[in-house]
Amino acid sequence: MKKLINDPADVVAQSLKGFAAVHADLVTVHYDPDYVVRADAPVAGKVGLVSGGGSGHEPLHAGYVGLGMLDAAVPGAVFTSPTPDPILAATKAVDGGAGVLHIVKNYTGDVLNFETAAEMADMEGITVKSVVVDDDVAVEDSTWTAGRRGVAGTVLLEKIAGAAAERGDDLDGVLAIAQRVNASVRSMGVALTACTVPHAGKPSFDLGEDEIEIGIGIHGEPGRHRVPMATADEITDQLVDPILADLKPAAGDNVLLFVNGMGGTPESELYIVYAHARDRLEAAGLIVARSLVGNYITSLEMQGCSITVLKLDDELTALWDAPVHTPALRRGL
Amino acid sequence: MGELGAAWALDWMKRAQVVLGEHRMELIDLDRAIGDGDHGENMDRGFKAVVAKLDEAPPDDVAGVLKVVAMTLMSKVGGAAGPLYGTAFMRAAKVADADLDADAVVALLAAALEGIVARGKATTGEKTMVDAWSPAIDAARVVAEAGGSATEAFRAAAQGAADGAEATIPLRASKGRASYLGERSIGHKDPGATSTAYLLAVAAEAAEATLSVEVTP
Repeated sequence: MKKLINDPADVVAQSLKGFAAVHADLVTVHYDPDYVVRADAPVAGKVGLVSGGGSGHEPLHAGYVGLGMLDAAVPGAVFTSPTPDPILAATKAVDGGAGVLHIVKNYTGDVLNFETAAEMADMEGITVKSVVVDDDVAVEDSTWTAGRRGVAGTVLLEKIAGAAAERGDDLDGVLAIAQRVNASVRSMGVALTACTVPHAGKPSFDLGEDEIEIGIGIHGEPGRHRVPMATADEITDQLVDPILADLKPAAGDNVLLFVNGMGGTPESELYIVYAHARDRLEAAGLIVARSLVGNYITSLEMQGCSITVLKLDDELTALWDAPVHTPALRRGL
Repeated sequence: MGELGAAWALDWMKRAQVVLGEHRMELIDLDRAIGDGDHGENMDRGFKAVVAKLDEAPPDDVAGVLKVVAMTLMSKVGGAAGPLYGTAFMRAAKVADADLDADAVVALLAAALEGIVARGKATTGEKTMVDAWSPAIDAARVVAEAGGSATEAFRAAAQGAADGAEATIPLRASKGRASYLGERSIGHKDPGATSTAYLLAVAAEAAEATLSVEVTP
């Protein structure tokens, strides 16, 4: 294992230290318990948005804390959900009196810990509602049995729900927007290589030199099947087909096309995937009205990518276009 | 008038720390067979932290003790057991009377189980800690309906939980991490049900100890 780390047990805290120093104008980092809040938190009268989960998916979630997106992010250990107490602390820190929305990726540990934190917050008089993101279409044959996983669609949901909160929607309104995004978004990923969790020290799974794993989640955990390596266009087809089959968009629908890198794939390759995916969507009669390409929700140094398609209406498009100013996403300012 | 108050709850937790420390390796081995092997370590660490926290500032009622237990377990145990036991104690704290009689013991245990079920979405027969809590409550309820004492209710609950934990051995797991093993989970005792049995056993012991102190002139 070759990694730029000092001590596997200290990866998250040491990384947060650098992150805090670089982005001090946007965020404040709290330690023990670890959580990140926007520098002006709590924003009075605004619904607070809190997300979190295991680390190793950077820039998710801490990179999305700031104006127009999240109010707080709660990083757990690498690939391990945070416990309820930092989630509760973050929830209290961003409650501006209008309630708090928890954005939770559908993984058993995340759901369990966020639900528990929400109940604790309720005991302390803070109204918390939750949206569980489950955009992954691969999961039918997954080894994870808790239903579809929450993957790259989470980034789009955090942006759009964040914009809704920023424009002054109340908690039920922000929740409704978040649920609408979740109902309209589908993703599918592929791994070309495994990743190595620092404290494990060896790759999470074995993949042959000429094999790829189709339908992975954001930890490289298995999805649909293992197939031989192929061209970018052929792999892209294997990701786009199940998304279209599941989302069933109508010809003429506006969509957002998001090609996300898993951490170890160069942007040039992501654009190759994007070009063919766009051709496929347009051939299906869809209008690719918005796009996003880059490393936004990663799996450490894994090579691979995911494709996400979000059906857009006028309101979701306007919220996507609204200003955002966070460490990892800045537009419209 | 109930018989069990804050002194009992504090003594329960001291005994829990001891018994989970003694059985740390056993729980690790049980969990290694069908899970990820961290249950004994996590429970040992969690209850050491609970007792340290209670020693710092002992609450003066049962609900206060149980709330500290809940918060501490959630932050120190981790995995699935942290939120599950944490929620159990949190729900128990919400219904706890100042002094527990047998009916209050049943209500407290039932609230704990409701929390575990709400969080873990498991039902009986799925080879989880629910398989220890559920017969424990049934047994305590029989005692309460027959007019027994709180101590007798806990004694019955402890026996019910122990029997329930044993009865998980032939079950095939369909919830929790062991469910990924399918058929291979058969033949192993569930670690969560086992730790539940230990917790309720020492609740009964603490009740008996409290009672013997009280009747001493």
